[in-house]
Order: sequence, then structure tokens, then C-alpha cells
Amino acid sequence: MTAVEAQPEVKEIGRDRRRKEDARLITGRTRWTDNISLNGMLHLAMVRSPFAHARITTVDTRAAEESPGVVGVFTGEDLADTQGACINAWAITTDQVTPAHTPLPIDRVAFAGETVAVVVARSAAEARDAAELVEVDYDELPAALDLKEAAEATPENGGALAHPDLGTNKSALWRFDSAEAGTGGNVDEAIAVARTDGIVLEREYRQQRLIPAFMEPRSVVVDPTGEQITVWSATQIPHILRFALAATTGVPESKIRVIAPDVGGGFGGKLQQTPEEMVAFAVARRLGKPVKYTETRSESLLSAHHGRDQWQKLTLAATKDGHVTGLKVELLADLGAYVALVGGGVPVLGAFMFNAIYKFPAYQFSCQTVLTNKTWTDAYRGAGRPEATYAVERLMDELAAELGKDPLEVRELNWIKHEEFPFTTVAGLEYDSGNYEAATARAKELFGYDDLRAEQRRRRDAGDTVQLGIGVSTFTEMCGLAPSRVLGQLNYGAGGWEAASVRMLPTGKVEVITGASAHGQGHETAFSQIVADRLGVPFEDVEILHGDTQVVPRGMDTYGSRSLVVGGEALVRAADKVLEKAKPIAAHLLEASVDDIEFSNGRFGVRGTDQGIALTEIATASFAAHNLPDGVEPGIDADATYDPVNFNFPHGTHLCAMEVDTETGETRMRKYTCVDDIGVIINPLIVSGQVHGGLVQGIAQALWEEAVYDEAGTLVSGSFADYLLPTAADTISFDIDHTTSPATSNTLGTKGVGEAGTIASTPAVVNAVVDAVRHLGVDDIRMPCTPERVWNAINRAGSGGGTVGAAAPHFDESTGMSGNVDRTTGGNEA
Amino acid sequence: MTRINLTVDGMKVSDDVEPRMLLVQYLREKLGKTGTVIGCDTSNCGACTVHLDGQSVKSCNVLAVQADGSAVTTIEGLAGKDGTLHPVQEAFRECHGLQCGFCTPGMIMQSVDLLNNNPHPSEQEIREGLEGNLCRCTGYHNIVRAVQYASGHLAAAATPTGAAEEVTPA
Amino acid sequence: MIPAQFDYVAPTTVEEALAALRQYGDDAKLLAGGQSLLPVLRMRLNAPEWIIDLGRIDSLRGVREDGDAIVIGAMTPHSVVGSDPLVAQHAALVTKAVAELADAQIRHRGTFGGALAHADPAGDLGGPVRALDAEFVIAGANGTRTVSADDFFVDLFETAISEDEILTEVRIPKHTGWGAHHEKMVRVAHQWPICAVAATARVEGGTIADIGIGLANMGNTPLRAGGVEEALRGQPATEDSVRAACARAAEGTSPPSDLNGSADYRNHVVQVMCRRAVMGALEGAGA
Ligand SMILES: Cc1cc2nc3c(=O)[nH]c(=O)nc-3n(C[C@H](O)[C@H](O)[C@H](O)COP(=O)(O)OP(=O)(O)OC[C@H]3O[C@@H](n4cnc5c(N)ncnc54)[C@H](O)[C@@H]3O)c2cc1C
Ligand code: FES
Ligand code: FES
Repeated sequence: MTAVEAQPEVKEIGRDRRRKEDARLITGRTRWTDNISLNGMLHLAMVRSPFAHARITTVDTRAAEESPGVVGVFTGEDLADTQGACINAWAITTDQVTPAHTPLPIDRVAFAGETVAVVVARSAAEARDAAELVEVDYDELPAALDLKEAAEATPENGGALAHPDLGTNKSALWRFDSAEAGTGGNVDEAIAVARTDGIVLEREYRQQRLIPAFMEPRSVVVDPTGEQITVWSATQIPHILRFALAATTGVPESKIRVIAPDVGGGFGGKLQQTPEEMVAFAVARRLGKPVKYTETRSESLLSAHHGRDQWQKLTLAATKDGHVTGLKVELLADLGAYVALVGGGVPVLGAFMFNAIYKFPAYQFSCQTVLTNKTWTDAYRGAGRPEATYAVERLMDELAAELGKDPLEVRELNWIKHEEFPFTTVAGLEYDSGNYEAATARAKELFGYDDLRAEQRRRRDAGDTVQLGIGVSTFTEMCGLAPSRVLGQLNYGAGGWEAASVRMLPTGKVEVITGASAHGQGHETAFSQIVADRLGVPFEDVEILHGDTQVVPRGMDTYGSRSLVVGGEALVRAADKVLEKAKPIAAHLLEASVDDIEFSNGRFGVRGTDQGIALTEIATASFAAHNLPDGVEPGIDADATYDPVNFNFPHGTHLCAMEVDTETGETRMRKYTCVDDIGVIINPLIVSGQVHGGLVQGIAQALWEEAVYDEAGTLVSGSFADYLLPTAADTISFDIDHTTSPATSNTLGTKGVGEAGTIASTPAVVNAVVDAVRHLGVDDIRMPCTPERVWNAINRAGSGGGTVGAAAPHFDESTGMSGNVDRTTGGNEA
Repeated sequence: MTRINLTVDGMKVSDDVEPRMLLVQYLREKLGKTGTVIGCDTSNCGACTVHLDGQSVKSCNVLAVQADGSAVTTIEGLAGKDGTLHPVQEAFRECHGLQCGFCTPGMIMQSVDLLNNNPHPSEQEIREGLEGNLCRCTGYHNIVRAVQYASGHLAAAATPTGAAEEVTPA
Repeated sequence: MIPAQFDYVAPTTVEEALAALRQYGDDAKLLAGGQSLLPVLRMRLNAPEWIIDLGRIDSLRGVREDGDAIVIGAMTPHSVVGSDPLVAQHAALVTKAVAELADAQIRHRGTFGGALAHADPAGDLGGPVRALDAEFVIAGANGTRTVSADDFFVDLFETAISEDEILTEVRIPKHTGWGAHHEKMVRVAHQWPICAVAATARVEGGTIADIGIGLANMGNTPLRAGGVEEALRGQPATEDSVRAACARAAEGTSPPSDLNGSADYRNHVVQVMCRRAVMGALEGAGA
């Protein structure tokens, strides 16, 4: 116990702390799941279906079983009783049609790449060798491939059904209507009025299929040799995975421990309970030996869930002077072959966001989810919200073009003014805070908006071959998934709370346990900053533990930009509870009244005196427990669970300048500026990284990425040679800045940032490309805006056409001397 | 099995390997050098980049037997013996040039190679020099900053007058 | 990710390598830099029983001058070719094409001969060697033979090298003082070209004295834009004449349709790229 010295207050929140986690990652001291090697560990290789839809007639495993090093070969039939099932946690309607999903199918495969059998061998090489020897006979079935055709197929019209026994490809129809919900007017009336005396825009946009393409391929190790079965997996959702393993295999949850060690990116792509995890679990239990399965990149692209894949039919009504009066959204969403963990919920997450920052008086949304014989789809960075933002931000540019006005002017006419917050939207959400004017003004200034517009006019007038376009996207999103009550209303299978614990160690160090599991977001650092500030302890003394169900008893894991706003709030509350517990002890030790105790900078002081005691000293004292007040339990550790009462709504203004070579259709990014309002920033360095990374993923949807299937249902863009991720040489440096209107729904005033860049950038880029050539008669270009599409749009009108479903081989079996291979020419994707 | 002798991160090693074993598998599975990782099967991603006799290569695209007689440096051998980080490692941390860290070993090894060949690259030269390395997290912005920062600091170390351009992480 | 089993030999002379080829015949594959072959083996698109590694044959490596030609050893890595002063001086088109080929790591391992023997029509070197009238020296049981670039490329991934032969070197007639330009169109940087045009030209007194133009990914082999060359020889080195001539760039091509563009599109864009490549080459030639 020492006298309180005047300490300068060092605020951690807002500091650009270098990341704690980096020391290991930059030196190669990493624990990716594939790095784990256990004594006696066996290796798995999967046998996968080459067909999109087929009956499995026979599986001959004899040759594989004879192959050197092979311990066993298992089919769906062999594991029928133990393999469990892949679950859908969110039936979006009570009558949703949901096909059963067994990890290894017994008699029928429903997409190319589906696992059919598993080979277990002493080494990964031997497992792969033997997998080549498994002979599977298939009877091909008609495959439902095209989304629109699949939506129309019935047994009567003979259209292909993804699961013939279900009798339909339609899974669920989810609707929202502002008139019915009482949150706004009748959209059909608004459209009817606008048809006679106003503007009606009718557009159809395609959200192409994307692949999350995290850099670390998925990997799973299962060790059944202890009392508990330990599962290491490259997953975003250790807790949900443990629940699903237990719930579908009958193994008690208490006998399963799931660890997500270092995880190399996820972006929603590792938010899944995968067949491979289930198979590894079943095989390990069957053999009583640890097993490992690591997918190849090709397997990952083929079978890890895909994202987006929607057709969006949109009708916007406005008055002649540009005030929006109604928005009607009709979506078709491709689920792929199965309804994945969140599955049909992804487009529904977008349902509340099509109205965006604008004051639409009437709104209607409907989404039909459809089963096809393609890889299943689920969350990919942004999940539902990028689709919504794309549609509305493209439409606002179209409306501006129709009116002959600047796109920013039209937005301003319609957006919620800063003095109107809190604002209840036509979709029924309450936006707590925001200032679209401020973010836009800052973005215009940083971007040099007026100068670029002037240059654009000059180039147009001169008829330059390279034209300049400026794209705008003033986005908002809802993040911080999610209030459990809201999730309950939406029929989601779980809550949206998050748990945290703060343990005060006797040595004065602090251990923090969070249910939010990181995979690159820098939680160790940002969470340490929050706790350091709250408890007044040094940043270095805080250790963040996560990603292990044994260490972290409860958690809802990481997705939907929820870690900071939900997980962070839980932390704050746990820390506050620690202080509450410590306070009576402090009073006791200081021989003062509890009412006179105040806490600042890590010390409890007695008001009006210089007496004080550090929190860490109380931790030691309460550990020893020699001198505690009567009735006070030893220990000041605390747990908290936080269930958010509302979402939060980051927003921002993104401006993009694109150059388009009108002779070739090639595009080049010239400048990209964004000013995001993400509330209070814990660590600006980490935030900048999240924004940059998000921007490039969104830009990549606009320009490069597309998962393309051929007419037989084979994924053509099945390797990194054909699924085009951009490199450093394809991207530019960004100008980013922030405005701040603190969120009112959490203590720290933070808003989510993980998905903002991705959500906002796609429409900004496409708007810019279209703007560059609008004077040539173009009003849409389908994504990705390939040189060919852009060129077609300029020269033949239309939005540029589909993508040829064929890839040029560069690695060919006939490489070198002999052989004569025809180039595949596939069909066009509709 | 074929006998190979090589030096990996300064350590002499000698092993019998199957000719089909890739250098990256040799590093990971035989030597336990799991700092070097595998991100693809078409040699597009660069996550497996190491130095073979002083030049960057994709270790998934080299057979272990081809490396017989050579010296290999991996991310694990880049720091000094006393643990002093290589300036490029330092720069990646300083500029937040990594998030999940999966691409990082390859990015760092390729950045070192780039700076060996061109100590003062322009932004465009940095971007093109890293075109064989994919990163899904960072959007490359801060990776480029890191290489610029390292270039400045390497130059400052080499020329005490320190004419190098200062880059501050953004 | 793991190739099927094979046996491995690493001869140190061309003779030993030829002997190994004769012995293992059909079951063997030559390994140069491995940058195309190893992905093939890893994805198990091919599973030879024997791999004959040319990497230990020193005589196949290096660039030298031989009278009117420069000679590039088949096993010379791209990075060496790309920085070689002889190549830059006498075959600038190769220097420019190599600079854009794949990425730094692959250029360290991949070889000049390997890339040409691989004969991917989308490869970056086929166009330049055709434009430069290179000759291919191929060693076999009965000594060596020389094949012109026009005859070397037979079909998709198929060359004039037969199963018991080895490409040892490529001879490129000196194009000293010629301007050169390589115009490559990719969607992302780590990709093979959608289409590429390699042009090299000599200008005398404002007139195009001679010109060579090679095309990548416009057919099953690298092509030569003969029509454009013919139309330009002896013409004034001006944008107008180039523009008119390049309208013939798609003559006789049969480009693929794939994810990155349809045949129609390629046939259009090759004309624009051809014009740009030729203009670049003329500029380099002092026009
Ligand atoms: C990710 C990636 C991107 C690439 N991008 C490009 C690109 O943009 N442009 C481009 O041009 N290339 C590209 N390449 C291919 C690269 O250029 C390869 O280096 C080249 O194609 C093969 O050369 P290699 O020496 O590695 O040959 P290898 O892969 O060893 O051999 C290729 C084939 O040629 C045969 N062969 C090799 N040498 C001889 C010989 N001397 N005699 C007879 N047969 C022989 C082999 O048996 C084999 O069939 C890329 C490769 C990768 C992996
Ligand atoms: S693993 Fe080697 S380049 Fe991807
Ligand atoms: S930091 Fe995650 S892939 Fe680069």
C-alpha cells in the first residue's frame, strides 16, 4: 500500500499499437492446423465426385485397401451410423425445404467435388496414392445448374431437380413488406404513381458466385486418444462446431474439445461445419488414432462453401425531381446443393439494407432461395449486405443519370440528415447515429472530386481513347450480429450474445478470455488495449485467450463484424465487474468507506487523501485471502455475457476513379478514397488494415473474381490460375480517412469495421466503370467487368454477356512432346 | 529413395527422400520447418517462397532432390542468430503488413529478394516484384508500405547519412 | 499436392541424358526448371515413371555470341536471360518479353528451353522467337538438327522435338538496333496473357525496312502476323500505315474462347495490341 502518485493517464484506446500477434507470425513460429503432428497420426485423402449429380452405384475400395501404408477406406455406408450430419442453423421460413446433408453421401452426389469416400494411410502421400485407386461407378443424373432455370423446374415440366425426392428446387420464400409491417407505405402504389407522374427504374443485376479463398487451406486434426476427443480445425467457429459435432453424432459435448489454433483467414469461408471435419471425427473415433486432413487449394475452391450468387430484380420509384418513393426487390439466391450452416439466411441479412441511408417511404423485399447442383453457398465477407449495397448504390447512380444530376446530389436529396438520428427506417431498423454529410464532404475534398470531374469532361470532349469515370458509394451496413431477440424472431438457431472473462492473476498479470475467435483481425492487440484502459494495467500485461472451447467455455465466435462491438462490450462489462469486486476489498485494505473509494489509472484511492492501492495489489491480496472483508470470496475474476440490444451502423462515402481503355475494354484504377464512420477507433493501424483488405475484396468482385461452371456442372475456375485473385501489381494505394459519430449502443462507441470496405467498394468501382462510358450508351456492365464485357458493352450495348465456361490449360498432361489436346470450349453461363 | 545433402537455415542436413518429395514438404515434414506454408497447388500464391542459393523460389515447385547441394533459407532462418529481426520482418510488423499471417513468410522472403536486387524500388517496382505472392487479408497497401519502410531502413543502415525516404505506416 | 511415385536421374552431360531417354522411352519426362512440369505432376495430370533432370548439365546453361547469332542454352533461367546484356543488345524483344513472364520466383527457376519445349501457346516466349526467326537446336541419337521457329511449334503443347530428343539451345539471329515492344494483356498480373503481341522492327530513313511480329494465345501455336508484316515492309513508319496494316492482325488466327475472353474478342483486341506493339517497336527503332 503506497501513496498515490500523480500518474499521467496513458490512454490505450486510439493508439496505433503494433500487433502482439506479429512476433510469431513474422518469424515462422506459427501453429496452423496443418503444422500439428501427433505420434501415430494417420492421414486422410478424400475421393470426390467428378459429376454434378449422379447416383453412386458401386464403390470398389479393394485396390486402395491393398495400397502401401493404407489403414482403411471408408464410404458413406461404412460410416452411416457415426458420421453425424451437417446442419442448417437458420431455416428462414417454417416451411423451408432442406435436403438432408450427410458428410459422406450414401447413394447420391449432389455437386461436383462432394466427398464420396475417405482413405486413411500412414502418410499423406500414401493416402493420396490410394485415393486414386478407389473405383466409383456413377449413374449420371440431370443436373440443376442455371439458377433461373432451377427456380422454374418442377417434376411436371421435366426440369432438372437438385434433389429429385424433394420434388422442387425452391427452398424458401422470405418476404418483407413495409405496408404489412407497418414501417412504411405500399410499394406497388408508389410504383404505380411514379409510372404516371415520376420516374421508374427497372433493373436486373447479377451477383456472381464468389469463392472466399482464404489463404490457409482448411485443415483438421482429430485426436481421440485422451478422455476427450480433441479437434483442431482451421475454423472461425470452434464453439458452433463443437455443438454441431455433439448434436449430430451423439458424443456428449463435454467429451469434445475444439481448438482453432492460428487460422489463416476466413472471411466467412470458415464459418461452416464441414463434411471433412465430420469425416475426420468419425474416422478418428473408428480407428482410435489421431488423424489429419488438409485440403489442397483445388479441393478448397471446389468444396469449401462459395458466396453471393444472386439475381436481383429491382424497381425503384421516384418523383420527377429525384425524391425516391419506393423500392421493390425480388431476389433469386443460389444455395447450391445443400442449405449450409447459415445458408438462406445470408440474403435475408441483406433484406434490411436495400433501403440503405435513404428515406424510402415504401419498401418490399422478397427472396426465393433455390437448390442447384453446385457447391453450397454461405457467408462471404459482408454476407447479404454487399448485395444490397450494390443494388441500391448502382440504382442511385442510374437515377442521377436519368435526372442528369450529379450522383452525390441525388444521394443528398434522399439520405437521412444528421440531425434526424436516431432514425427508424422503412425496414424497421433504428439507426442510432451517423453523419453522411460530414463523411461525404471529407471524401470529396480528399479525392479532389471537382478536379476529377473537370478532367472527365475534358477527356470526353476530346474523345480520348482512355476515358475517366467516377463512381460513388455512400454505404451503410448493420453489424454486430446480433440481438438474440431479433435472431429469435428471424428463426435463427442460436443467440447473438458474446461472453468474456477477466482473470486477475496473483502476479498482477491479466488473462482475458473471449468467445470471439480471431483469424487475422488483431484481437489480441485491440482487446488488450480495451482491457488495459479499463483496468489501468500495462498493455503488455494483458494476455488474450481465445479459440479453444476448453479455455473459453462459452462463445459465439467471429463473423458479421461482431468481435469488437459485441465481444468488446462483453470484455468491458467483465472488466467492470472485476472493479466492482475489487472495490470493497480496496476499501477494507485502505480502512476507508466503500463510498469514498474511487478508481482511476489502475488504482483505488480514498477520496480527498493520497492513500491508494493498485488493482494488481488487490489481485495478490485476494489470492492470498489473508485479509478480506467478512463474507467476501477470494478472487476478483469476473465473467460477463453481453447480448446487444441493437445492431450498429457504420457508414461511409467511397469515391473511385477508373480509367477505361475504350479500344480494348481494359480498366485501370486511378484513385480510391474512402471516409468511413466506424465510431470510436480502438487501434487506427488495425482499422486501416481491415479497410484496405476489405476494399480489395470488394474491388475484386467488381473486376476479377467469378466462380464459373461449365455445362456439365464442373467448376472451371477451380485453381488459382483461373479463379483470379488480384496481386499487389493489380491494386493501388488507397486514401482513407474517418469521421466519427460514436455508436450509442455500446460503452466504447465503436462500430464494426471488418466488412465495411468490401460492402462499399464493389458498387463504387462498377459505378466508375459505367460512368466512364455512359456517354457511349452504356448503363450497366455485369460483374466482373472483364475487358471483354466492357468492350462489348461499349460496342454492342447490353451489359457485356456471360463468361465462357472453359479454362485454357497451361499445365497440360501432354506437356512437351506428344499428344494432341483439343481446347475445351464450353457453354456460356447465363 | 535418394540421398540429399543441403544446408537449411545454416544447418547441414542429410536425408534419404523419395524423389517425388517437394522441397516444401521436405522442409515441413522432415525438418519440422513449418514456418514455410503451402497455399496452393498451381504455384500461384507464393506462400511457400524460400531462398535457394540466395534466390527466391516457390518451394512447392522444386523437388527436394533438385535442391541437393544447395543452401536454403526459410523464414525461420532470416533473423539473426541472437534473434534480431531482419529489417524486412521488422518493417512488416511496424507497418502492419500482415493480418492472418499466412502469406507472410512468403511475402517477407520475396520482399527480401526484391530488395536484394533493387534496394530502392519505386512503388510500382515493389508491386510488380510481389506479383507472385497472393494475400487475401491486407489489400497489399501496408505490405507495400512495409517494403518501402524496409528499403529506407536498410539504406539508412548502409549509408549513415541516411538519405533514405522515411515512410510512416498508414 | 503430391506427385505420384517416380524414379529420378540427374545426368551431367547431354549424352547421358539422351541415353537415359533411350532407355526409359515413353515412361520418362525431362525436367528443366520444373515450373510447368511440377504443377502437372502435383495435380497428377501426368505420372511418368522416370524423371530425367537436366539441371546438372552445365553445358546447357548460358548465353553466348556466335557470329551473326546469339545462342541461349536451353537450361538458362528466365532471370538470367532477362538480365543478359547480349540478349538486350541483339534481341531486345526477348528481354522485354521475359520481364513480363510469370513472376520473380518462377523466373528464377523456369528456363528458356523449358518454356519453349512446353509450347503453351499462351506462353510469352513463342511470339518473340517467331518474330525473331529463331532456330532450335535439337540433340538426338544421330547428332543434332536445327529446326526453324516456323516449324518448331506443331500444335497445342506439341513441338518438333521427338520423344528421344532434347532441345539444347536456341539461336537467335542478331537484331542489333531493332526496336522492340511486347504488348501483353492480362486480367491479373500472375496470369498468362489473354493475348500478347511481340513486335520488332528496323527503320531506315523513316521507312520500315524490316519487321517481325509474333502473337501469343491466338491459336494452338504461337503465330506470326505475316499479313501485317507484309503490309508494313517498305511502308512509312507512321501511325496511319500501321493502323491500316494492323487491321490484318487477326488473319489466319484461331484463338480459344475461355474464361478470360471469347475468340471474337481476341480477334478484335489483337488488332489494337498489334498497332500498339508496332508503334512501340518503331519508336524504339528511332522512328
Ligand atoms: C504460376 C505460373 C505462372 C506462369 N506464368 C507464365 C507466363 O505468364 N508466361 C509464360 O510464358 N510462362 C508462364 N509460366 C510458365 C513458366 O514460364 C515455365 O517456366 C515454363 O513454361 C517451363 O519452363 P521450365 O524450365 O520450368 O520447364 P519444365 O516445367 O521443367 O518443363 C516443361 C516441359 O518441357 C519439357 N522440356 C523441358 N526442357 C526440355 C528440353 N531441353 N528438351 C525437351 N523437352 C524439354 C519437359 O519435359 C516438360 O514437358 C508460369 C508458370 C507458373 C507456375
Ligand atoms: S504453395 Fe507454392 S506457390 Fe502456392
Ligand atoms: S495476411 Fe492473411 S493472407 Fe496475407
